[in-house]
Amino acid sequence: MANNEEILTKEITLSMGPQHPSTHGVLHMLLDIKGEKILKATPDIGYLHRGTEKIAENLLYHQFVPYTDRLEYWSAMGNNLAYVLAVEKLLGIEAPERAKYIRVIMAELSRITGHLTCIGAWALDLGAMTVLLYAFREREMVLDLFEMICGARVTHNYLRIGGVRYDMQPLFKEKCMDFVNLFPKKIDEYEQLLTGNRIWLKRNKGIGVISAEDALSLGLSGPILRSTGVKWDIRKDEPYLVYDRLDFDVPVGENGDCFDRYILRIEEMRQAARIIKQALEQIPDGRPCIDMPDVVPPPRKDIETNMESLIHHFKLVSHGFKAPKGEVYASVEAPKGELGFYIISDGSERPFRVKIRAPSFVNLQAVDPMCKDVYLADVVAVVSSLDPVFGEADK
Amino acid sequence: MAMNDSLLVKNIQEKFGSAILDTIAFRGEATHLIKQDSLIEICRFLKNDSELQFNFLSDIAGTDYFPQRPRFEVAYHLYSIPKKHRLRLKVKVEEDEAIPSVTSIWKGADWAEREAYDMFGIVFEGHPNLKRIYMQDDWEGFPLRKDYPLKGYKDQYNPYGEEKEGSGGKGQGSS
Repeated sequence: MANNEEILTKEITLSMGPQHPSTHGVLHMLLDIKGEKILKATPDIGYLHRGTEKIAENLLYHQFVPYTDRLEYWSAMGNNLAYVLAVEKLLGIEAPERAKYIRVIMAELSRITGHLTCIGAWALDLGAMTVLLYAFREREMVLDLFEMICGARVTHNYLRIGGVRYDMQPLFKEKCMDFVNLFPKKIDEYEQLLTGNRIWLKRNKGIGVISAEDALSLGLSGPILRSTGVKWDIRKDEPYLVYDRLDFDVPVGENGDCFDRYILRIEEMRQAARIIKQALEQIPDGRPCIDMPDVVPPPRKDIETNMESLIHHFKLVSHGFKAPKGEVYASVEAPKGELGFYIISDGSERPFRVKIRAPSFVNLQAVDPMCKDVYLADVVAVVSSLDPVFGEADK
Repeated sequence: MAMNDSLLVKNIQEKFGSAILDTIAFRGEATHLIKQDSLIEICRFLKNDSELQFNFLSDIAGTDYFPQRPRFEVAYHLYSIPKKHRLRLKVKVEEDEAIPSVTSIWKGADWAEREAYDMFGIVFEGHPNLKRIYMQDDWEGFPLRKDYPLKGYKDQYNPYGEEKEGSGGKGQGSS
């Protein structure tokens, strides 16, 4: 009767998304299926393309910072960081020590928000709704911290070229410390719900496997590359800010499957809390911004009381500053992987070209090799484990 | 970076000599502008050489220098995970020229080259599936070219775009 079955199973092409609750936004996939088995998965992207790079060419350097918030909007602070680091490299300046520590704290907090969303949505996609609610409960606490430091919850525009917009207040330090002390216990709660859960294991162990060789060749980065056993983390290998002074581990998987990617993200959140704690303890006093009037506007208070400061602010906001001719590439370890900005300057106050190396975009290339011969229902687990965010994948 | 100078700069210059048109060091980054026809050979060498081991293609970026000639430039950002160093290769491309695809060396070049094609119309020869990635298949023009208007062209969906006449239909071929 096996032959009979062959005859009845017809090969069809199924369109999944872009309006599908489990495609994390607007991912459209063409799935060639035979019965329930995937023969080929072709991702089709671009539904959220806004021409961010074209916009960047027409803005002053500092005007582009808010646009970076809208790339990877689950952890916006990390995008701000990659962009301002690239511009600072181009200008040949460095933020003051205090700003560097604040940036590390912000980058790690946003890593936590990013991973919480990833794991929450992933569990929801596979039918475990509680985890999403738990994850968003803690995400809310981080958003409250963001609101306390810069007034915004999701799109912050907090980092500025040369430093950070507002200094960190003692109350923030206290609240942030409370959070990182509390957070590991909350991670235990998610793990209690998922890590040993029989359904979670069945749906993720051995699903979406990719070899280290393929992952490197495809250019995958972040937790997805590390799940295959390749230990590459830009924070360790090309330390920026003050990561070389902080003690943390880079977890590595071995099977390259969905479950390893889950465990890595859990562990990365624990490490992020560890990093924040050390940074809060070590943070020195000092300026939140570099002392460079060409690049940094005067403090808000001075603008209200001092005519020269008002003129200074007006000049800077309307004319911007010129950057030296040349080209730079700066990248950071964002929650999704290597996020890089390649800026070409022609010596004017607007970038000649900005190219964004978006980790979600590159990582999505792994959908096809990972989905080979899995069941249709597992495609959802694979996509969730890649954690694409279409703000940055589609730019 | 200074430490790697001889490795990333002199070694490659000596090995490929006339294929390297220019070498730029800026802010600690090394860039080689190379001849188009030695692109594949140089990439293969960079990937397989035991001292360099550029096993990771970070990104491919196109740039339009209109009205200069040759019009385009393609930059390859390479990284070596074992050796922890970076290098940028650049190639000049004329508007109706095709450059060789590096998908045979790094599979990840697939989407990056499609993106450069979609945004600039740069053709990569030997690419397995060179079609638009962000814009729809029947889109006219290449949005990141310098002569493509910021607000796009006026049509039934875009009342704020620019009129098509007078924009110099040059380079506005459909896909």
